Amino acid sequence: MLDHELINRTLSTALRTGGEFAEVFVEDKRSSSAMLDDGRVEELTSGRDRGAGIRVVVGDTTGFAHTADLSESGLASAADAAAAAARGGGGGVREVAVSPVETPRTNSARIAPEDVAKATKVELLSLADAAARSEDTAITQVSARYGDSRRRILVANSDGLLAEDDQVRTLFSVSCVATGDTGLQTGRESTGRTIGFELFDEADVEEMARTTAARAITKLSARPAPSGAMPVVVGPGGGGVLFHEACGHGLEADLVAKAASVFAGRVGEEVATPLVTLVDDGTMAGEWGHFTIDDEGRPAAHNVLIKDGVLTDYMWDHLRARNEGRPSSGNGRRQSYQHLPMVRMTNTYIENGDDDPADIISSTDSGVYVAQLGGGQVNTATGDFVFGMTEAYLIENGQITEPIREGNLIGNGPEVLNRIDALGNDFAMGHPGTCGKDGQGVPVGDGTPTLRVTSLTIGGTAA
Amino acid sequence: MSDLTDLARRILGGATEGEDVEVCVGRAVETEVRVHGGEVESLTVAESHGIGVRVVVDGREGLAHAGSFDADVIDGLLVEARDNAAFSEPDDRVGFAAPDGVTVTPVDRWDDSVAGTDVDDKIALAIDLEAAVRAVDERVRGVRASIYGDTRSESAVVNTLGIDANTSATVASLSTSVLVDDIDGGTRTGGAVDAGRGPTSLDVGLVADLAVTRALQLIGAGPPSTGRPAVVLEPRFAATVLGLVAGMLSGERVVKGRSAFADRVGDEVAATGLSMADDPTDVESLSAAATDGEGLACRRVPLIEDGVLHGFLHDTRSARGLGVSSTGSALRSVRGTPSPGHRALHVASGHGDLESFIAGIDDGLLVASLQGLHSGVNAVSGDFSVGVEGVRIRDGVLAEPIREGTLAGAIPRMLLDIAEVGSDLEMQSGGSLVPSLVLGGLTLGGGG
Repeated sequence: MLDHELINRTLSTALRTGGEFAEVFVEDKRSSSAMLDDGRVEELTSGRDRGAGIRVVVGDTTGFAHTADLSESGLASAADAAAAAARGGGGGVREVAVSPVETPRTNSARIAPEDVAKATKVELLSLADAAARSEDTAITQVSARYGDSRRRILVANSDGLLAEDDQVRTLFSVSCVATGDTGLQTGRESTGRTIGFELFDEADVEEMARTTAARAITKLSARPAPSGAMPVVVGPGGGGVLFHEACGHGLEADLVAKAASVFAGRVGEEVATPLVTLVDDGTMAGEWGHFTIDDEGRPAAHNVLIKDGVLTDYMWDHLRARNEGRPSSGNGRRQSYQHLPMVRMTNTYIENGDDDPADIISSTDSGVYVAQLGGGQVNTATGDFVFGMTEAYLIENGQITEPIREGNLIGNGPEVLNRIDALGNDFAMGHPGTCGKDGQGVPVGDGTPTLRVTSLTIGGTAA
Repeated sequence: MSDLTDLARRILGGATEGEDVEVCVGRAVETEVRVHGGEVESLTVAESHGIGVRVVVDGREGLAHAGSFDADVIDGLLVEARDNAAFSEPDDRVGFAAPDGVTVTPVDRWDDSVAGTDVDDKIALAIDLEAAVRAVDERVRGVRASIYGDTRSESAVVNTLGIDANTSATVASLSTSVLVDDIDGGTRTGGAVDAGRGPTSLDVGLVADLAVTRALQLIGAGPPSTGRPAVVLEPRFAATVLGLVAGMLSGERVVKGRSAFADRVGDEVAATGLSMADDPTDVESLSAAATDGEGLACRRVPLIEDGVLHGFLHDTRSARGLGVSSTGSALRSVRGTPSPGHRALHVASGHGDLESFIAGIDDGLLVASLQGLHSGVNAVSGDFSVGVEGVRIRDGVLAEPIREGTLAGAIPRMLLDIAEVGSDLEMQSGGSLVPSLVLGGLTLGGGG
């Protein structure tokens, strides 16, 4: 993407004020999307973002500048600005010579998005619209969105590292509104993979649309959700958000270092019931949080965070790992070249347990079954987290019965991890998500088998 | 400024017969300082560019955007947008704003001190804030973040129907998130932010005091028991909740059958004490603006008057969908199409304040934090369910703090159940001018 000599000169400029570490991150991202709403295809959009972020580290201080100007002078002035921001004591000249690191490319987009005709992409939207509307006359509104992106990145740093990646992601989502005597209800479904247009060899958009429509229709007859603490069973693929919030963020080394995590200083301790083995794995080919190298040039890795209930390690980026004298775990990510990298999750999942999911439900006297979760949020310092349930049912006498309206669940991470008393053998990945932290969003995946938490607080309106 | 308009006009010059074109160009220069442990953790200095081109041909719309002013990137944008338009389906609602004769209220949103202040003085603000937080109370265990940030932004929007507008604004803010020790060995948190047009108006002491006070009031908090207390919102949370209401009054939602308030104009949708408008012409608001995202004059838009639904927020497209005129409420980034939304909510003054409300409540909850707003609110049905922390009110006085609670209800019902609207109007850093509120009909859930 950039000439190696130019990279070397830029890094040298960045180190001019005495920086200990300098890095150039170059990104060239093309995206395209199309919306169908209210029966019409609209808003076909093409986007292009290209630029470089340069950081310089002196002691505990990072100077950062970014530019959309990739010319020699543009890069030099960004390097100057980053160096000035970091302001080391010493000066002088330090030569840098980067050499390419060949990380075996694990991304594979068989059909590049730019090779697919716009008409073909648009046709998917119309198919979804027709399928959803034919499901039931109560479906009064349908919207569908297609999106793809191709993100080429190059990372070079003053340790001599030079690495590149080419990340292709494809996403499709459908939303429906159903209208009934009880008002308006909604359903949503999405699929997204770190692959090309071949996504649609496996994802049937019409079936997705029918599922979405059925979800909205079901909710028309849903009862108000209960409120208060009760057992909660989360279906396969759904529970990932729970762990992402309940402990994932709290295991990010930057938050741990600031003592802003309830899991700080607890490596080696039992933090969950022995059923729980939690993994963060950026190598899972095709999953939404997958990549070959992270945004600091480190290869993606399979990192076991909790093994049989015992906390084994945190997730690390370059800076936090450097401070501890250990390697990064490949979790340094950023939204774009305009952002500093920080510790982020990739694909976070709970390994299979031994229980039959049917037994988990039948052994629950009363409670709530959550089939689909929405987004969540956590206060890592207290461990208190919430997440939304977008499709849920009552469990009565060991059986899933009536649908309930959506709402949030609230819990405390360390407490919830110790209240998982059943884990199914039906592992599935969940929906593609965007994880937000300090204003930056990155694509993440998650997965779990069916599981039961003995007590979580449901935020319904029924007392 | 003029160079952005020049650039926009140059691209507009490529428009061909039979098509309408709109070009929106923006530039932002930002500084951000994050401080930890008395040291600068990171200092970001950067300039970003954005350009968006929309083309409408025979009711078909296409877009292309780029984050660069490089010639090789910009050159293809109009052609790409035109090509995209060919794949859309015609829609007679599609179209750009045309000059509507409404006078632009000038708003000075520029503070030269943002560019004029030395970066060392900006760093000092963040370092001082962190030190001030630690000095407030010995129970402060740590400061998760102490951040100073400012932005100088400029934009221009031009179209082939005669729109030619440009805007510029500066904003500076100071924020912190504090950790305090709880008696059970746990941690409670609190945060605060102050924002203004420039660094000189920011109040370090106020931000530090507020953040620590908010954390300390939760010491000893445990899960609440389930019930239906009166819910007291200080102005910052009233702004959050009324912002959700305004979101449901977007003309786009109404046109597309996604608002529980469609067909309700003229109906009593809220308690009679509530009058609410969006007023970006109020120069005191940080969200004040002279022109909207499509280049039309911003104006005062009444939404609810004495509890009766008055109207919706419109941009050009949603207005065409309902056969009315745009209310100058288009929000947009260069990356997409505009959509209507509120900038500066104004609630008419009522009676009483936080103190008098608390004194009059036997069983209540004073809200201290709301969590999960992005996942717990359905803007179509109006159902909401969020995480809550707060302090219970018993027999007219503040009692025990609570955490790990949920608050749930439905926005349409909640509006009718507003028990009190205060006279303690307070300008929020988000740009809204709102008083304290007391809400009824909500369910507090918890495992206590």
